[in-house]
Amino acid sequence: MIILPESWEDVVVRLLRMSETRLPDDVSWALEAAAAWEGGDIARSQLGAILDNSSKAEFVSRPMCQDTGLPVFFVKGRIPVDIEDSIAAGVRKATKDIPLRPNAVDPLSRENSGDNVGSGVLVHYRPMDVPYTEITVLPKGAGSENMSRLAMLTPSDGEDIIKDFVVRTVLQSGGRPCPPTIVGVGIGGTADACMALAKEALLMPLDSRNPDERLRKMEEDLFIKLNSSGLGPMGLGGDTTVLGVRIKMASCHTASMPVAVNLNCWAARRATARMHIDGSVRYTQGAFE
Amino acid sequence: MKRIDSPMSEADARSLRAGETVFLTGTIITARDKAHLRALKKSSAGEKVDLMDGATVYHCGPIMREGDGFEVIAAGPTTSARMNMLAPRAIRELGVRAIIGKGGMSKETHDALVENGGVYLAATGGAAVTLAEGIKDVTGREWEDLGMAESVWFLKVKDFGPLVVAMDAHGRSLYEEVERRVRENSGI
Ligand code: SF4
Repeated sequence: MIILPESWEDVVVRLLRMSETRLPDDVSWALEAAAAWEGGDIARSQLGAILDNSSKAEFVSRPMCQDTGLPVFFVKGRIPVDIEDSIAAGVRKATKDIPLRPNAVDPLSRENSGDNVGSGVLVHYRPMDVPYTEITVLPKGAGSENMSRLAMLTPSDGEDIIKDFVVRTVLQSGGRPCPPTIVGVGIGGTADACMALAKEALLMPLDSRNPDERLRKMEEDLFIKLNSSGLGPMGLGGDTTVLGVRIKMASCHTASMPVAVNLNCWAARRATARMHIDGSVRYTQGAFE
Repeated sequence: MKRIDSPMSEADARSLRAGETVFLTGTIITARDKAHLRALKKSSAGEKVDLMDGATVYHCGPIMREGDGFEVIAAGPTTSARMNMLAPRAIRELGVRAIIGKGGMSKETHDALVENGGVYLAATGGAAVTLAEGIKDVTGREWEDLGMAESVWFLKVKDFGPLVVAMDAHGRSLYEEVERRVRENSGI
């Protein structure tokens, strides 16, 4: 899809509308596949309701979930100096137009800013020497975000202990993050970088192959282990507890071993826009190239 | 497809069994953390609070569009566990008959349901558009100052669901059973 020319504010509104009303293809496919192999009656009815809901949301262009989340942004490539203001303006406009549920509050007074911006939008930056700017939005609901966990394991803890931590985190969260979930895992870095890796892992489409063979194997092991737990959709029992596991890794201090888990609910909303220096914009809910 | 009237009688609530799927027709009200808190505070202060009496309480913070009245845009369930501290009192003192939510509730809440003849119905988390389709009208709003998500909304529903009876009035809980199975399967 090529549309021109647009302001960054308009791009952000379009990204939010796209992500909130339509599931990425890889997530839809995973849900459909799950509905086909699922054995339990209740589990099948839950997956059926999710699929029915997703197609209706897309058809009537309404948010698929009433918790439209707190939008998390990832900006990479050329970084315009005023990008944060444009993003904030886009979020305010989308909140009114789509509409989105105002979710941003002051943590202590719990006062709602009404615009989903509050003290400022959440943005991760990665400057790159490329002829474009790319913005991805990941609207994050609280049900799944609240189940996040970080563990500072010891360096001698190997793969099994890492996997055990991930399995515990997912299974102990029960039905609260609206399973089937997508499990984002960060390994390495520092405490803060590790959680950021776990969140970035949620941006990897489910049908893409992890370039690191060791991580690919871990993703597979965890997927099988979690889906044989019996937790099932909404924690009501069944064969589908997760739609996928994605892992990102970075070097860490020789004396530490951070592991982070960031869950995404089945309503795994994301969309990306790439604006080239000539002003043309392309959109995707998968990955470019 | 099992259809049930809402609000439901104690006999209706007691007739439901864990694992069954039902659809509700009638009236339900929404209430989240703040509405529960306010209702219980008033009740503690000796005020009579009857809005939850016999009611089906939906743990939901909907998206509403205001125009000619209110239009429900999306209305899925929120995590019920947040109301665990407040629900037992809401059931015993304020007369809540049925709860709709997601993720299940504590043993204390289930005990109160069993005692009073009530049920916990699980709605599909995130299925906000499908569930909103079963809401035919917004008939009232209390405690507007709590905001869109936390106000108490009175909703007229028709074949609202699917809802799974997850905790019944006879003490059976699907969550407990699933938890046991998960422990056996995964050692966790
Ligand atoms: S966890 Fe996800 S699907 Fe569930 S209510 Fe929250 S945003 Fe919606």
